[in-house]
Amino acid sequence: MLLSILIFLPVVGALVVLLAPGDRVKKGLAFGVTVATFAISLLLLNGWQDVPGMQFVERYAWLPDLDIYYYLGVDGISLWLILLTTLMTPIAIAFSNQHVKESVGSYLALMLLMETAMLGVFLSLDLVLFYVFWEFSLIPMALLIGKWGSQNRVYAAVKFFLYTLAGSALMLVAILVLYFNVGTFDVLELQNMGLPSGVQQWAFLAFVLAFAIKVPLFPFHTWLPDAHVQAPTAGSVILASVLLKMGTYGLLRFALPFFPDAASNYTSLLSVLALVGILYGALVALVQRDLKSLVAYSSVAHMGFVVLGIFALNEQGISGAVLQMVNHGLSTGALFLMVGMLYERRHTRLLKDFGGLWASVPVFSFFFLVVAMSSAGLPGLNGFIGEFTILLGTYASNPLFAVFGTAGVILAAWYLLHAFRQVVQGALENPANFKENLPDLNWAEIGQLVPLVLLFFVIGLLPNLFLSKINPSVAALEVVQNGVVQTEASLATDH
Amino acid sequence: MDISLLFDNVTVLLPEIVLAVGAMVVLLVDIGRRSRDSAGPLAGLTVVILLLGLGSTLFLWGRPPAEYLGAAVSDGFALSVRLVVLIASLFGALLSRDYLPTIERRSGEYYSLLLLGATGMMLMGTATNLIVLFIALEIFSLALYILSGFYRESARSIEAAMKYFLLGAFASTFFAYGAALLYGAGGSVNYVRIHEVLVAGAGNPSLVLPGIALLIVGFGFKVSLVPFHMWTPDVYQGAPTPITGFMSIGTKAAAFAGFMRVMMTALPSLYDQWAMPLAVLAALTMTVGNLTALRQSSVKRMLAYSSIAHAGTILVALVAGSAAGSSAALFYLFVYAFMNAGAFAVIIALERTGEGDVEQSRFAGMAEQYPALALAMAVFMFSLSGIPPLAGFFGKFLVFKAAVEAGWSWLVVIAVLNSAISAYYYLRVVVALYFTAAESESVRRTSGGLNFSVAVAAIAVVLIGLYPGLWAGLLTGLGG
Repeated sequence: MLLSILIFLPVVGALVVLLAPGDRVKKGLAFGVTVATFAISLLLLNGWQDVPGMQFVERYAWLPDLDIYYYLGVDGISLWLILLTTLMTPIAIAFSNQHVKESVGSYLALMLLMETAMLGVFLSLDLVLFYVFWEFSLIPMALLIGKWGSQNRVYAAVKFFLYTLAGSALMLVAILVLYFNVGTFDVLELQNMGLPSGVQQWAFLAFVLAFAIKVPLFPFHTWLPDAHVQAPTAGSVILASVLLKMGTYGLLRFALPFFPDAASNYTSLLSVLALVGILYGALVALVQRDLKSLVAYSSVAHMGFVVLGIFALNEQGISGAVLQMVNHGLSTGALFLMVGMLYERRHTRLLKDFGGLWASVPVFSFFFLVVAMSSAGLPGLNGFIGEFTILLGTYASNPLFAVFGTAGVILAAWYLLHAFRQVVQGALENPANFKENLPDLNWAEIGQLVPLVLLFFVIGLLPNLFLSKINPSVAALEVVQNGVVQTEASLATDH
Repeated sequence: MDISLLFDNVTVLLPEIVLAVGAMVVLLVDIGRRSRDSAGPLAGLTVVILLLGLGSTLFLWGRPPAEYLGAAVSDGFALSVRLVVLIASLFGALLSRDYLPTIERRSGEYYSLLLLGATGMMLMGTATNLIVLFIALEIFSLALYILSGFYRESARSIEAAMKYFLLGAFASTFFAYGAALLYGAGGSVNYVRIHEVLVAGAGNPSLVLPGIALLIVGFGFKVSLVPFHMWTPDVYQGAPTPITGFMSIGTKAAAFAGFMRVMMTALPSLYDQWAMPLAVLAALTMTVGNLTALRQSSVKRMLAYSSIAHAGTILVALVAGSAAGSSAALFYLFVYAFMNAGAFAVIIALERTGEGDVEQSRFAGMAEQYPALALAMAVFMFSLSGIPPLAGFFGKFLVFKAAVEAGWSWLVVIAVLNSAISAYYYLRVVVALYFTAAESESVRRTSGGLNFSVAVAAIAVVLIGLYPGLWAGLLTGLGG
C-alpha cells in the first residue's frame, strides 16, 4: 500500500488543488500534499532491510489477459531516487509559491502530476506500467516549460517533447520483442533471462537510445540547454534533479540487467561518449555568459560521470553512480534554485551583470559557495564521494578512462569557481547590485536551501548511511557478478 | 424455397432491422410534422432509435453466435463493430442538432440517412457473403454521399459530395469486379465456401489473385489507404462537421470490418500472398498521412490526414492476420470513436455558423476562455498521438503487440516512428490552446448535445486508458 499511496497522493492533491478556491489555499495545499508525500516516503527507511531484493512489493492484475500487472517495488537502486523526488518536489513548490502568479492552480497541479509520473517510473516493476509513466511524464513537463517558461519557451517545450518521445518510440518495439521472446513484462523475471545474443544487441540499443536522450548522453544532449534555460525555475529544478535520473535509472534497471552481453559489448562506446560529455559539457559551461546555461551544461558533464560509473560494470562504479545521481540531484537542484532566486531579484542571469555580491548579499553568497563546492566535488561534501567512487570503479575497469574522468573533475572546479568569482567576488560596481537594491535571501528561501545543504554534509561525511543500502542491490546485478567471477578467475591464473 | 426460412434466426439482424425501420419511422414522422422550424423532436427520436439499436446489440451479446441464411452472422466481432458504429452514430446525431439551418429545415431526410448509413455500416460487420457485403457497402456509401453534400449553401460541401460520389462509385466498381472474380474462382459468394474451395486447391488461381487485388483497391478507397486517399481531405473538409466525425469513425469501422472478415475467413489460405502488399500499403499510408498532416492549417484537413494515418495503423493489425490482430483493430476503432468524435465536437463548438471549417489559429488562447473545452481537446490530441495513460496508447499498444507477435517487427518500427511524427501536429494544437495568446474574440457554440458529447468522449478516453482491460475483453476478434 505504501508505494501506491506515494504514487497517487500527488494525483489526489492535483485534483484538490484544481478545485480549491483562491491562490493562497492552492499553494498551501500543494505544499502540504508534497510534504506529506515526503513524510510518507520516509517510512520506507523505517522498514528497510539491507538486502538485495525488492521491498514493499505490490502486485495487482491490471490487464491480466495481456500479462500486464500493476507491479511496484523498491530496492537499493531506486530507494534514494524516490526520496530525492519526494524531497525536491516540495522544495520546488515552495519556491514557485513565492513567484508564480499566472494560472497558479494548473501550475501546481502539473507539478504534482509530474511527481506522480517520476515516482511511477522509479517504482514500476512491469515494463508496460513503466512505459506508461515514462511517456506520461512528458506531458506535465512540456506544459510547464511551454506555459510558464521564458521567452523561447514554446520552441523549447516542443523540442523537449518530440525529442524524448521519438527516443522512446523504439523502446516500445523492444519491449514487445522482449515479451515475445520471454513471455512476460515482469522486470524481475526479465533480468534472469539469457536472451539470444542477436535480440540482445538491437533491443539493448533501442533501450539505450531512449535512456541516452533522457540522461542526456553526448551527442543526444541538445534538447537539454534549451529546456533548462527556458523552463521556469522550479521546472529546471525538477528536470535536473529528478527527470534526468530517469535515464540513468533506466540504464541500471533495464538495459544492464536485461542485456548483460550487449552491455559488455558496448561498454567502451558508451564510456567514451560519457567522457566526451564530461569534457565537452565542462568546456562549454566554461564559456557560457548566462549563469543558467552554465548550470545546464554542467549537468551534461555531471550526468556523464554517472554513465561512466554505470559502464564501469563493477560494484564501486555502479554504487558510486547511484549515489552520484542523488548528489547531482541535490547540488544541481540547489544551483538552479539559487539562479532562480537571483533572477527573481535582478531579472537577468548574465554573469557580467553581477560581481561583488559578497558585500551586498552575504547569506546568498555563503550558500552559493557551499552549493558550488558541493557541485565541484570538494572533499567533505557529497559530490566528492560520488565522483571518487565512480573514478575508483572506472580505474578498476579501464585506467585510461579514469584519467580523462579526473580531468573532468578539474574542469568542473574551474567553471564553478569561474562562476563564483564572476558573481560573488570582485568589486561591487553595478548599482543594481548594491545592498539597497538587492535584498538578501529571506527566511523562506533559506528554508528551501537548508535541507539540501545539510544533506551535502551528511552524505559527504557519512556516506555509508547511503551506500550500505545501495550496495546489496548493486552487488546482485548480473553484470557485476560476472565481473567478480572474471576478476577472481584472472586472479587465480595469476597465482 | 420455404418462405418461413426467411424468418428463422432473423433476430441475428435485430440491430440492423431496428435502425432500418427507425429510418422509415423518422421519415414518416417528418411528413406528419406541422412545424419545420425545429429539428428537436426528430433528433430526439433518432437518438432513441440508436439507443434501441444499442439495446438490441447488448441483448444479442449474451447469446451464442448465430447465422442467417449463410449471408450474415452475429458473432462477437459483428457485435463489436455494431457497438463502434452505434457510438459514432450517437455522437453524429447529438452533434447535428443546432448545427445548421439546412439540417433544421430538412431534418427528416438528414436523420433518416444517418440511420440508413449506420444500418449499412453495421451490416458490413455481419456480412458473410460477398453480395450482402456489396449491398451493405452501397447502403452506407449512398447515404454518406448525400449527407456530405447536405450543406447546400456551401460550394465546398457540394464539391465534396460530387467528389465522394464519383470516386466512391469508381471504387465500388473495383470492389464489385473483385467480388465477381472471387466468385468465379471459389464458385460461391459465401466466405467459408470460398475458403474451403481454395484450401482444396479447386479454385482457379488466375482469378483469385486479381480478385484479391481489386477487393483491396475497393476497400482501400473506403478506408482511405494511400494511394487511394485523394478524396478524403476534400470530403472531410467540405462535409458538415458532424457528418465528417460520423463518417471518419463509422466508415472506417465498417470497411475495416468487412475487409478483415473477407481476408481472414475467405482468404486466410492466401495470407502469404496478401500480407506483404498490405504491409507495404500500411507503411505508405501511415507515412504519407502523417507527413501531409504536418503541413495543414485547417483543422478538419489535419484530422482528415490524421485519419488516413490511423487507417494505416489499423491496417497493421490486419496484416498481423491473427485473432489478436483483429481484436486489436476493434479496440483501436472503439477508442478512435471517442477521441475523434470528441475532437470533431470541439471543432463544432468553435465553428461560426456557416463557416464549415476552423483554422488551427482559432484554437489560440482557448485555454483562457474555455478551460474545460481546451482541456478536453488536449486530452483528445494527446490520446490521438498515443501518449499514455490515455486510451489511444492502448489502441496502438495492442495493434503493435499483435503485429510483433506475428513477426512484423519492421512494420511496427515504422508505425512507432510515425506515431512520434504525428505527435508533432497534435502537439501543435495543444501549443495553440495553451501557449498562444488569443488573436480575436472567438465564439463558442453551445448546446446540451454538444457539451454532453465532449464530456462523455473525454471521460471515456481517460477511463478506457486507465482501465483498458474491462473494454478490451468486450471486443472479440475473428478466429479467436
